[in-house]
Amino acid sequence: MKILVCISHVPDTTSKINFTEGDTKFDTNGVQFVINPNDEFGLTRAMWFKEKQGASVDVVNVGGPETEPTLRKALAIGADAAIRVNTEAVDGATVAKQLAKVVTDGGYDLVIAGRESIDYNGGMVPGMLAAMTGANFVTNCISLEIDGTNAKAVREIDGGKETVSTSLPLVIGGQKGLVEESDLRIPNMRGIMMARKKPLTIVEPVDANVETKSTGFEKPAPKGAVKLVDAENIDELVNLLHNEAKVI
Amino acid sequence: MSVIVYTESEKGKFKKVAFEVVSYAKAIADKMGTSVTAIAVNAENPESLGNYGASKVLAVNDDSLNVFNAKKYASAIEQATKQENANVVVLSSSADSKYLAPILAVGLEAGYVSNVVEVPSNTAPFTVKRTAFTNKAFAHTEINTEVKLIGLSNNSFGLVESGGSASVETFTPNIPDSGVTVESVDKATDKVSIADAEVVVSGGRGLKGPENWALIEDLAEVLNAATACSKPVSDLGWRPHSEHVGQTGKPVASNLYIAIGISGAIQHLAGINSSKVKVVINTDPEAPFFKAADYGIVGDAFEVVPVLTEKLKAFKAQNA
Ligand SMILES: Cc1cc2nc3c(=O)[nH]c(=O)nc-3n(C[C@H](O)[C@H](O)[C@H](O)COP(=O)(O)OP(=O)(O)OC[C@H]3O[C@@H](n4cnc5c(N)ncnc54)[C@H](O)[C@@H]3O)c2cc1C
Repeated sequence: MKILVCISHVPDTTSKINFTEGDTKFDTNGVQFVINPNDEFGLTRAMWFKEKQGASVDVVNVGGPETEPTLRKALAIGADAAIRVNTEAVDGATVAKQLAKVVTDGGYDLVIAGRESIDYNGGMVPGMLAAMTGANFVTNCISLEIDGTNAKAVREIDGGKETVSTSLPLVIGGQKGLVEESDLRIPNMRGIMMARKKPLTIVEPVDANVETKSTGFEKPAPKGAVKLVDAENIDELVNLLHNEAKVI
Repeated sequence: MSVIVYTESEKGKFKKVAFEVVSYAKAIADKMGTSVTAIAVNAENPESLGNYGASKVLAVNDDSLNVFNAKKYASAIEQATKQENANVVVLSSSADSKYLAPILAVGLEAGYVSNVVEVPSNTAPFTVKRTAFTNKAFAHTEINTEVKLIGLSNNSFGLVESGGSASVETFTPNIPDSGVTVESVDKATDKVSIADAEVVVSGGRGLKGPENWALIEDLAEVLNAATACSKPVSDLGWRPHSEHVGQTGKPVASNLYIAIGISGAIQHLAGINSSKVKVVINTDPEAPFFKAADYGIVGDAFEVVPVLTEKLKAFKAQNA
């Protein structure tokens, strides 16, 4: 089984979000970039398929050279090879088009992406990629088993979960649950050394129309101060929620 | 040219988000000088969407669609969009709509923007405002394709009754085979989900252990609220992962969010920030949640919450 894990290079969750150039660009100054958390769960599940079922695992990112340390980290965690499509990730659709080419050229059976990236939260790349390559698709995936070309997956739905059966080729939108938090791997020294020798191939992008374009950003309006209610006077909270906030 | 909107139902009953997306679609249609067509699948009373601004409802009645399937539903909506010659398609942010949206976008060659929070500021270029960086910012995004697909953030627009009426037409799309088959659904029918809840009561590590969760559940019951928790609480196994909210968990956009024994870490706040009114109960006045909340009580959850639950019970009894 050939597995491709899509790796989004995103600001660490503690990052302060600021913008430059007249609020048109994300300010990367002082920001640390990491593997998108949803992708990291997927990568870890892929390592399980590699170790237990003999799968090969490649990782891919669509982005500039600045994303290579994130790909090297994925190699250090245990992926066999990395691919970087050398173009800016403008929107979900352009990323999906680039990935579709990589998937078709590489003949991957299983693609594991994250349910969404934590920077733009589009939640569209895996589904678009599946539709473009004609693969089956399960998102919000919290469990995945592969047996030959058959797959069993669990999808989180609003208020519960559903178990589905499907088959390869398959694209997954993964998240926590695919593996547990405690299963995530921190690269060790040996992994980091080996990652330096693993192939990182740079491929040039295919032409893709830009369908959506962010022209500006803004931060939420600053919030007013909290209204404190005395712990001995809870009637006051009920009163405020009813008469002032009007939420009960 | 028209606006088409997919309206979700469950066991035949429209979900609240169905009325919200129709209200929102109506606002766009007014701006563009056109009308709203809704598509409803196996729903009772499709004409009721008229009250929120739909002029026409395409009613699909097909037993093979009783269980949601992203590819099949996307195909039905794609066919409806083409039949109606619609150039704006509106979906909600439910798990199912977010599942089908990218498939639909590819089928329609439509530019798709999710997590949209307002009516487009401009229709040429077509520009929408959406959340980005998990609610830490907003982006203004242009959609440059002929057909535009919008995923509306839940609870960002609200319901607007226009008192209109809708004609109902039967619509019979060709349903494609799907390579994904649902084997079983595991869903608590007596509990409101975090996505659909008006009120969410959430507990953190300050509650000390799973044995104390009756505190959260009792309060949630009075308020008809969904229960949620912080990430460590689910990682510790005190609560199921499905209750984990925040940047790496579920988003919350309820009217009221009550955080009990939750410190208010940046990753937690990112996920719950779209809630309209936030209440924090925490022993530590320095907890960062107090900076994000509208109302706060500095106090011990084990003392405050049972009293709050009792007071709310009395309030509900009085106002019933
Ligand atoms: C990559 C990454 C992603 C993350 N994603 C998320 C996420 O999606 N969601 C999330 O929630 N977290 C997330 N976190 C974790 C986050 O950083 C915090 O660790 C977490 O939110 C803290 O949970 P907590 O508030 O329950 O616990 P704590 O921070 O331990 O806070 C417990 C609070 O309870 C209060 N308390 C103690 N006793 C009482 C009492 N008797 N009565 C009232 N209050 C009391 C304390 O004063 C304290 O403020 C993430 C972290 C990382 C690194």
